[in-house]
Amino acid sequence: MTDVLSPAGVTCGTEPTVAPVTMAGALNAALADSLSADDRVLVFGEDVGTLGGVFRVTDGLAARFGESRVFDTPLAESGIIGTAIGMAMNGMLPVVEMQFDAFAYPAFEQVTSHLAKLHNRTRGRVTLPIVVRIPFGGGIGGVEHHCDSSEAYYTHTPGLRVVTPGTPSDAYRLLRQSIDCPDPVVFLEPKRRYWAKETAVLTTDGPAIDRAVIRRPGTDVTLITYGGMVHTGLEAADAAATERWDVEVIDLRSLSPFDDATLVESVRRTGRAVVVHEAPGFAGYGAEVAARLTEQCFHFLEAPILRITGFDVPYPPPQLEHLHLPDVDRILDGVARLQWDDNA
Amino acid sequence: MTILGGTARTAAGDGLLPSAAPLQLIDPDGRPGQNPGELTRPESRILLELYRRMVIGRRFDQQATTLTKQGRLAVYPSSRGQDACQVGAVLALRDDDWLFPTYRDTVAIVTRGVDPVEALSLLRGDWHCGYDPYRHRIAPQCTPLATNTLHAVGLAHAARLKQQDQVALVLLGDGATSEGDTHEALNFAAVWRAPAVFLVQNNGYAISVPLAKQTAAPNLAAKGIGYGIPSLLIDGNDAAAVYSAVREGIERGAAGQGPTLIEAITYRIEAHTNADDAARYRAADEVQHWLARDPIARLEAYLKTAGLLDEDAAARLAAEAERFADRVRERMNIDADVDPAELFAHVYAQPTAALEHQRAALLSELEDSRQ
Repeated sequence: MTDVLSPAGVTCGTEPTVAPVTMAGALNAALADSLSADDRVLVFGEDVGTLGGVFRVTDGLAARFGESRVFDTPLAESGIIGTAIGMAMNGMLPVVEMQFDAFAYPAFEQVTSHLAKLHNRTRGRVTLPIVVRIPFGGGIGGVEHHCDSSEAYYTHTPGLRVVTPGTPSDAYRLLRQSIDCPDPVVFLEPKRRYWAKETAVLTTDGPAIDRAVIRRPGTDVTLITYGGMVHTGLEAADAAATERWDVEVIDLRSLSPFDDATLVESVRRTGRAVVVHEAPGFAGYGAEVAARLTEQCFHFLEAPILRITGFDVPYPPPQLEHLHLPDVDRILDGVARLQWDDNA
Repeated sequence: MTILGGTARTAAGDGLLPSAAPLQLIDPDGRPGQNPGELTRPESRILLELYRRMVIGRRFDQQATTLTKQGRLAVYPSSRGQDACQVGAVLALRDDDWLFPTYRDTVAIVTRGVDPVEALSLLRGDWHCGYDPYRHRIAPQCTPLATNTLHAVGLAHAARLKQQDQVALVLLGDGATSEGDTHEALNFAAVWRAPAVFLVQNNGYAISVPLAKQTAAPNLAAKGIGYGIPSLLIDGNDAAAVYSAVREGIERGAAGQGPTLIEAITYRIEAHTNADDAARYRAADEVQHWLARDPIARLEAYLKTAGLLDEDAAARLAAEAERFADRVRERMNIDADVDPAELFAHVYAQPTAALEHQRAALLSELEDSRQ
């Protein structure tokens, strides 16, 4: 079967149809194609059936594939993850949706104590090929509990893969790769980019699930980011180019495991790096990135690796979130602090 | 196939409430129980097997506690006193059914056929789970309370989706009924009509906390009506009643009638584990009361009265149990093989580059320390 699809997730025969697709549409297509490709794939969660999900990512799937395969659950996140584990033990490939980042916390025990550990606990006899989709991050004017960047909770748990796409076509690729992956995957969807469009052929060809990609080559600074900040990082790189910096932008895609090879090569080459994310900086994901790259690139660095992150505050109310989220100006300010004068 | 969707409800919840008193097929003195309800007494062959397995199971349980004193087990949570639940529930299972046990259910696991040394891996500490879950269809022993209830419901629902005749039995305790996952599991199971049986071994205590501090419900089985789940309240020290009740739950599930909640009233004779001091929270005369309601003694009395067991046969069984315990002791006295490299082997389907690096570093460290 070809991987060439329309945004609605309908296989389009042999003629590749290239039309603008949103990230939500690309995710919908990935789910539809996985449901078509393998009878064991199940999609369930809160409001994912009749409604098609609060972000419409599962739109039309229940009607197309039936309520035995795409279904609404009772409103209980631990129940969703816990029953997905049992289903996977019995041969299914569950793709479950947590409605929002902060609403996934009731499932934390099932995720960290069982989803992440059963494979290890049973010496590999039990595999849990489960994908947990979580819309994450801010930038949509959401009220409290709808905008958390919860990635570090998951990346700190061995046994989980944590991935997040930055573009619609990569959302398609990464979700299909995640569903095909034998490990449990926490799939973080940058909700501020759900409606971003891209004109691209949707395909699983391209970088593997655990590889970072260079979204914009550059020579002076490596800007390392992921998810909703990839687009912001690219904007910042364009702005920097009009000044004096040639910024290389790397989209991590896989937060865990970390693609050391790609990152180390880039940072050794540029000698400077910033890590950009929405989450609070303290003990955040960027701290790990800065630490492990410093360990591996110390003698190549012209400046400390800086983090450009949200503040160490609970996620702000909608009217203040623009002050919290890293934007182009804050990223450029960070780049400007990379000890350029010392090099002069 | 319609798997999901509402089920017909009756306003009065007909048939969902348990009996007022625990159902019983054999009373503590070994006579026919006064309150059998709809339970059917298992045939003689089953009763004899229940007895045999309880005798072996208790001797194994006692041996495991002894092994903690010899430093061969890190810890052991005894199920002595709960023998009827451990054995009755497992013998009621069919081959394709699944068991979802907790840390206190090692006797149940051994009764289902798992090698006792593999069953003790968790408590010996050589790995988190020593047996292959798929071989005997037994999930790893679950330590976080109530979390296994959801796994059982998910597995049961998948069986239904695949149109497999398979029921999941989950074991939990009275304390676990306070956890949110139990609530979610009962609710999901009811909504999905999942073929799952919940057996609550109400042994009176969650470590030290008595049932009165755990719930204000009239009994734990009564919670079933809140979910639309039929429930049974049974004498958990009556192996015949446990077997029959679990069998009924399995048959209901297999017939597409959904889940069943069973509360078995029993008692934990030993402390929570060998590391616990039960004298701090319960009186000795309370234990004496329950010793007089011993599950093995009552079935033995019943079988002897019925002419199904004589002294010679009982002695032969005791000797069989002794040999079983001897073999466990001999094998447990051999140090377990632990492989440092295995720490990294099963975290993911394929070790990541970072894990390979850490494995090599550890092995090198160990090599250096040997020199």
